[in-house]
Amino acid sequence: MAEKVKEVGNGPRGMRGRPRPKVENPGKILRRIMSYVFEYYGARIAMVAVCIVVSVLANVQGTMFTRTLIDAYITPMVAQVKAGQANPDFPPLLHAMARVACFYAIGIGAAYFQARTMAFVTQGTMKRLRMELFEHMESLPIKYFDTHAHGDIMSVYTNDIDTLRQMVSQSLPQLLNSTITIVSILAMMLVLSIPLTVVSLLMVGVMLFASARVTSLSGRNFVAQQRNLGRLNGFIEETMTGEKVVKVFCHEQQAIREFDRLNEELYRSSARANGFANIIGPVNGQLGNTNYVICAIVGGILAINSYAGFTVGALASFLTFNRNFSMPINQVSMQFNSIIMALAGADRIFALLDAEPEADDGYVMLVNCRRDEKGEIVETQEHTGQWAWKHYHKATDTTTYQALEGDITFNGVDFGYRDDKIVLHDIWIHAKPGMKIALVGSTGAGKTTITNLINRFYDIQDGKIRYDNINVNKIKKGDLRRSLGIVLQDTHLFSGTVRENIRFGKLDATDEEVVGAAKLANADGFIRRLPQGYDTMLTGDGANLSQGQRQLLAIARAAIADPPALILDEATSSIDTRTEKIVQAGMDQLMEGRTTFVIAHRLSTIRNSDLIIVLEQGRIVEQGTHEELLALRQRYYQLYTGNKPELAG
Amino acid sequence: MRARMPEPRTDRQHHNLIREMSGFARWKESFIYMLKTLLGQVKEFRLLSILTPVCMIGEVICEMIIPVLMGRIVDRGVMAGNVQYIIRTGAVMIVVALLGLTAGVLGGFFAARAGAGFARNLRKAMHDNIQTFAFSNIDHFSTSSLVTRLTTDVTNVQNAYMMILRMAMRAPSTMVVAMVMSIIISPRLASIYLVAVAVLAVFMFYMMSTTSVYFKRVFERYDLLNESVQENVSAIRVVKAYVREDYENNKFRSAAEQIYEMFIRAELRVVSISPFMMTIVYACILLISWFGANMIVADSLTTGALMSLLTYCMNILMSLMMLSMVFIMITMSEASARRICEVIEEKSALTNPENPIMEVPDGSIRFEDVDFSYRPGNAEPVLKDIDLEIRSGENIGIIGGTGSAKSSLVNLISRLYDVTQGRVLVGGHDVRDYDMDVLRGQVAVVLQKNVLFSGTIYDNLRWGDENATDEECRRACRLACADEFIEKMPEGYDTYIEQGGTNVSGGQKQRLCIARALLKKPKILILDDSTSAVDTATDAKIRRAFQEEIPDTTRLIIAQRIASVQNCDRIIVMDNGRVDGFATHEELLRDNKIYREVYESQTGEGADADFDKPA
Repeated sequence: MAEKVKEVGNGPRGMRGRPRPKVENPGKILRRIMSYVFEYYGARIAMVAVCIVVSVLANVQGTMFTRTLIDAYITPMVAQVKAGQANPDFPPLLHAMARVACFYAIGIGAAYFQARTMAFVTQGTMKRLRMELFEHMESLPIKYFDTHAHGDIMSVYTNDIDTLRQMVSQSLPQLLNSTITIVSILAMMLVLSIPLTVVSLLMVGVMLFASARVTSLSGRNFVAQQRNLGRLNGFIEETMTGEKVVKVFCHEQQAIREFDRLNEELYRSSARANGFANIIGPVNGQLGNTNYVICAIVGGILAINSYAGFTVGALASFLTFNRNFSMPINQVSMQFNSIIMALAGADRIFALLDAEPEADDGYVMLVNCRRDEKGEIVETQEHTGQWAWKHYHKATDTTTYQALEGDITFNGVDFGYRDDKIVLHDIWIHAKPGMKIALVGSTGAGKTTITNLINRFYDIQDGKIRYDNINVNKIKKGDLRRSLGIVLQDTHLFSGTVRENIRFGKLDATDEEVVGAAKLANADGFIRRLPQGYDTMLTGDGANLSQGQRQLLAIARAAIADPPALILDEATSSIDTRTEKIVQAGMDQLMEGRTTFVIAHRLSTIRNSDLIIVLEQGRIVEQGTHEELLALRQRYYQLYTGNKPELAG
Repeated sequence: MRARMPEPRTDRQHHNLIREMSGFARWKESFIYMLKTLLGQVKEFRLLSILTPVCMIGEVICEMIIPVLMGRIVDRGVMAGNVQYIIRTGAVMIVVALLGLTAGVLGGFFAARAGAGFARNLRKAMHDNIQTFAFSNIDHFSTSSLVTRLTTDVTNVQNAYMMILRMAMRAPSTMVVAMVMSIIISPRLASIYLVAVAVLAVFMFYMMSTTSVYFKRVFERYDLLNESVQENVSAIRVVKAYVREDYENNKFRSAAEQIYEMFIRAELRVVSISPFMMTIVYACILLISWFGANMIVADSLTTGALMSLLTYCMNILMSLMMLSMVFIMITMSEASARRICEVIEEKSALTNPENPIMEVPDGSIRFEDVDFSYRPGNAEPVLKDIDLEIRSGENIGIIGGTGSAKSSLVNLISRLYDVTQGRVLVGGHDVRDYDMDVLRGQVAVVLQKNVLFSGTIYDNLRWGDENATDEECRRACRLACADEFIEKMPEGYDTYIEQGGTNVSGGQKQRLCIARALLKKPKILILDDSTSAVDTATDAKIRRAFQEEIPDTTRLIIAQRIASVQNCDRIIVMDNGRVDGFATHEELLRDNKIYREVYESQTGEGADADFDKPA
């Protein structure tokens, strides 16, 4: 529960600073959790329920044994001895004990089996939930990740699943156990005396009321605790991320001061919240004792006056049951807080599971192919370096192939990340096969947005994007993306070896291919100097590499994928120019014959493009070759010659 | 990087000792060591930590009295039909209940305060220690692991501590009272308990020590799993671009599967504790019943005494249950406790000297035969045979390929790391002789991976100088060419910067970071590739401003563009951890092959000036 409130860590103005939503419909969520668990483990849950019933009943038998032992066996035997019988009758006692031993054994067996089964149910459910969450998350559109705080998504996997685990493994069986105990005892009590049961229930009402009050007090403070925890978390995350800067500026004392302040607030609310939670037990326990006294007094009066045939013996039994009554109630009320928290967590889990996945209506597929002797396209399984689009025509039940050429057109495309705010206006681009297209313009001009549209990270509002004259909406998303290699400025690497990271581009690549790709990207040299070479483990997004080295790996990863078309979004921005020059040779080789979109700020990368597109505020202001644009003596010329005060920064 | 680096540890021998011992002894030793460290943080909550168990004992006593009273109500009141007696004893019982309630409530609040306070102290101890960390210590613990240790781990320990305070005394005291009473009643029958308790103790100890290993593994796997989720969340574009959803799903599946296996294994051990205990206790009940019955028949025990013995047996069972819960809590939080302990115990790799020099005389820098390695003795040194002499007020450019150790070189100047061999002198003194704050106050570094903090622009700038006036802040921004864009912002210098500076562009961020460093009015200013996202013209303007406004400050500028350094007094050319050349632009062009290549790569035909770098 600790990291829950990362959302608040975004500063007072962060969009994520919203208050924690109340659980809207707890009953519904609970039902959903139950049905989720039941779906797979219905039979096991039923077994658990049976086990609980059995162990409760066996326990009741065990409790009763002491009284029977004395009344039914020992007293008669003592009487026998007193009556002068030399050898009192032991065998019946032995039998009774054997029977009780069986009950105990059954009780223990049931309890063990229940705990064991619950371990499987809980962990199995958690495993399934984790997998479903992850798989569902992988299917969500990029938009989801752009509009949700990453910390919030993470906290679903850590905190929310954990509170849910506790609820399923502890609260629910406990609840079931307590309910069965309460019901069976209540039944016994009702049989013995209705008026006394009413008195007892009244006291139970008081107990419930008291624990509800204390629970809500503690609940309120728990919310405050979570909020303070969130603030502290946010602060810690920020300072830990910037810890090196803190050191460089000798800002340690200030950081400590601020930390102490937040830490103190957390301490206060935490002490209060836990304090209230801790007293629920004693309060209920002593109310239970009061209940006992009241019932004894009322019952005593009833018994002495022989009201409705109520006997002294019945009162004694009633009081025994009454004593056993308050314990399960206490246990139930202690579970309240954790159930509420688990429901809130489950709500967020389901929200993620219910998020709309990326739609994919495409049917055109990308396949490897070769030409047969007649020049016809034939589909193959092996990598041939030749690609074709495979159309299946439902109407005629025929399949046609069309060679992949890399002709990409934008016809009057409008796009906005939100419908009410259009960021790209009326974009017309024609990238002919094998062309190198450079997108130029200042930040926010819409360069990256354009590349996001080609591989359908986002869908356009108006206009058409065609790939080899096929509307990209008709191409299966996976195939469309496979046809476009992409290298981003923010390189992301995965935990694993360097080799695995490069192989990410082509899972069945041989070691030679990996080395080949690394050589192409000029990464081979530094990789060999790493402690374990290609088998060096990268952790934390390749934190042990420099930004430039990470970019080289990203290029190698794209190179090994051998895609028909490429998008390079500031792919070499952190590589020094000398290395870039060497990489450039490889890059040129990589771009040879492939349609390539390049976003870059270095002239050397842009100059020799076949088409340079100058973007400004979501519109194309100029396009042409380097020479053409220079001759225009307008925007590009201005950018090129460096007189651009209004664009600075 | 997780790999543990060899660090100068004063308690080295201690650890070696632990390593030599094996198995259980080793575990016990390190466990006690950990307990000592953690409990040292209880501090001002010691009184509460003692009062809580005292209250709990009070509650236990009340709870032991109440059954006696209940029994009397039944035997002497109800059975005898004596309502007067019921009311009198009932009143006594309610008084005892109220006392029990008071003890329970006080105990509850004391425990909560002690637990929360302990947690506060643990967090503070960790945070304070982290603030003394050197860069190498930070590299050793990753950021995310530090965050987890400060939050989740502390919460785990807090809960365990609270539980222990409330239960740990309560359960044993109930047990002791029950045992003593039993022995008084019948030593012969009570000996059955003694055997049972001994068996249980051995069993629990064994379970606890073996289970903790499993839980530790579970938590390690957990970390890996979370890391994988984290990666997928932040790298989702890469996953989708390469259509690797299925691949990642499979990876995740197997990780989740492993956690499942581990968890099941750990839990199956835990769930066997309670049945084992119940078996022992029920066996006790049966044995006592049998022998007790025999003794009663032989007239050496009363019926009432047998009843009491059986009640005590149940009491012992309940306390054992509680104890096992405490043990489970300890087991589960042990891993957390260890992780916290590691942070508290970590010794900074850098320490202030005994009598530090409190003033940096001038901005001169000298490297004498410096070797440097991030992991001494392990890998090839990052810097080798560095000898440099830089005069105060000199303007130095540093250029070199990716991974040529440019950053490593400058990081030694402000003693962010210590050299492995040789020495670095600033103002004529070894950097290790200065007070670290003084040194870093005079050597301002604008790091490559720079960070702004949530707060207004003013707040961020004043990191450089807390007492800087608005006017001084603006001047620094003018020098760093940050004033123009700040003034265009709707709230100007009061604009709120989001966490991580997400609402300013890369170039703007860099200029703010430079301004922040300038406010320190340092004798040495180091810019580690700090204008890479700033366009060429502005870059030039910043350099001009430096030349005019702070000519006496020694400036070291790491850059990728020749244009950024060619006007420097001298330029260092780094290659593969060595200085390949150190001279003026013209000399280097003439004599240095690498420099010439870089120059040509950037100034070939048509001059490779930087195109409008998105900023």
